[in-house]
Amino acid sequence: MESTILKLEQMPTEQKYKEKVVIKNPIEQIESPVLKIEDLSVSYGGDKYAIQNVSAGIAKNKITAIMGPSGCGKSTLLRAINRMHELYPNTHNKGGVYLGDENIYELNPIQLRRKIGMVFQRPNPFPTMSIYDNVIAGFNLNGIKLKRSEKDEIVEKSLREVALWDEVKDALHNRGTFLSGGQQQRLCIARALAYTPDIILLDEPTSALDPIATSKIEDLLVKLKKDFTIVLVTHNMSQAARISDYSMFMYLGELVEYGKTRQMFTTPKDKRTEEYLTGKFG
Amino acid sequence: MNISTEISDRKMKQRLLKDKIFTNVMIFLAFLSGVPLFLILYQLAVKGYRQFNISFFFEEAPDTMEAMIAVANNEVIPGGIANGIVGTLIIVGMASLIAIPIGIICGTYLAENAEGKFAGLVRFIVDMLQGVPSIVLGVIGYIWIVKPVTNGFSALAGSVALSIMMLPSIVRSTEETLKMIPGTLKEAALSLGVPYHKVILKVILPTGISGILTGVILGISRIAGETAPLMLTALGSTVINTNITEPSSAVPLLVWEFYNDPNLVNMIWSASLFLLLLILGLNLSAKAIARKWKVQY
Repeated sequence: MESTILKLEQMPTEQKYKEKVVIKNPIEQIESPVLKIEDLSVSYGGDKYAIQNVSAGIAKNKITAIMGPSGCGKSTLLRAINRMHELYPNTHNKGGVYLGDENIYELNPIQLRRKIGMVFQRPNPFPTMSIYDNVIAGFNLNGIKLKRSEKDEIVEKSLREVALWDEVKDALHNRGTFLSGGQQQRLCIARALAYTPDIILLDEPTSALDPIATSKIEDLLVKLKKDFTIVLVTHNMSQAARISDYSMFMYLGELVEYGKTRQMFTTPKDKRTEEYLTGKFG
Repeated sequence: MNISTEISDRKMKQRLLKDKIFTNVMIFLAFLSGVPLFLILYQLAVKGYRQFNISFFFEEAPDTMEAMIAVANNEVIPGGIANGIVGTLIIVGMASLIAIPIGIICGTYLAENAEGKFAGLVRFIVDMLQGVPSIVLGVIGYIWIVKPVTNGFSALAGSVALSIMMLPSIVRSTEETLKMIPGTLKEAALSLGVPYHKVILKVILPTGISGILTGVILGISRIAGETAPLMLTALGSTVINTNITEPSSAVPLLVWEFYNDPNLVNMIWSASLFLLLLILGLNLSAKAIARKWKVQY
């Protein structure tokens, strides 16, 4: 009980930190970013913003981790990148996100999501489809006609990329939902990869998985970054430390600190980051 | 203070006895509610089995003279209920064609807009529709179709009346089924850049197919035995009729007609038995589909 009180007292509040460490031009930090978030604020309705004035560049072919305590807006930031947050009614946002030179809020969300794939917290393979059809779902559901041989090639390539091929190659036409949780999640990653998006967003992809499945996915992400840019939301700090190149620390809807993961974990600039990383809150 | 927690033997026995009595009364009452179905089946089978022959399914209903002679000679009444079977198939089939697409789309809308005001209104109206007496739907079929469209009693009018009747069960079962599907599935499809209409048609509806089909079949079984609306719309016919703008017979209408003709009374049992078996079959297949096609997610 006592320790809880202690923790609460140590919780930094906005008043406590009037003088923030202002990150100077956070977009410039990353050389030739593939994605630029510029002064982005997102609200789910009303004047309350889930994230406020976030600016950051996302480095190409790197893993960027978004960390922070529950409710800090990390999932909102991630979903704002492929506009999945718009599934909730009444959302509105200020600022922009640029993929290359295009503001994604001026693109059609359907086109955008073909360039920016997403993997979710809980494995969600399509239950009516076989493993094969799940991988190729992005093409089938969008009515893109492929030759049988092209399909086979994409399925094998994607499943090999997620190291699932050897495990399922004899059961490609079984339902995806009969796989284990970790296998299902790798299948979902393969489904996102099959479409060869520029960026893959992962929303706490291992939080529903056991440690062995988690480490398999982490290995996989490190391998995948040579072909894809990966943005990962995690509330597991050690996961961010293990696999990410860049880290963002978010708190109360604000991007507190952003930089190289190694640097952030060894010499954090903001006191809140330090307190979070040392387990004082969160 | 030392409160004894011991229960005396006598009291314990009493309690166990009460328990036993209560349990047995429960079992007996549960059994009792299952009895009528078997009594009905038994009754119909005993009285109607003699009519169950090939001509029963392939011949039109006999006229009163033929039946009278057969009964006088203590023979099986010739003829069958083919006109009723064909009529029921056509009327119920057309009603399904009207109600299934509307019902599924309406149910999908309700599930997708659970909170919306308009959805709430539609849900309320659909619930009210479920309570509309079937004879009133017959009157509606009469006013809408019989008088202005087909200029006389017709199978089409019967179908329209019955389609309104089966609509609520399809709407509600679709809605309830789709509500159970986790939202992550929709997100998965949308995140692949799939347009909304394809998400619904190719991901959400196929995932809920077993629940939707169950609702559809239960809806069909509900209208297959309806008589009242058909009396005011399809009217009945002594011959097989495949023209939907003409009066048509149906199995429940035949039961009513047999009842009104003293010479044909014996046909009631077999026609009723047929109707009952048809509906039981539909219900069983609904259960089988719900089990077999269930999608795991």
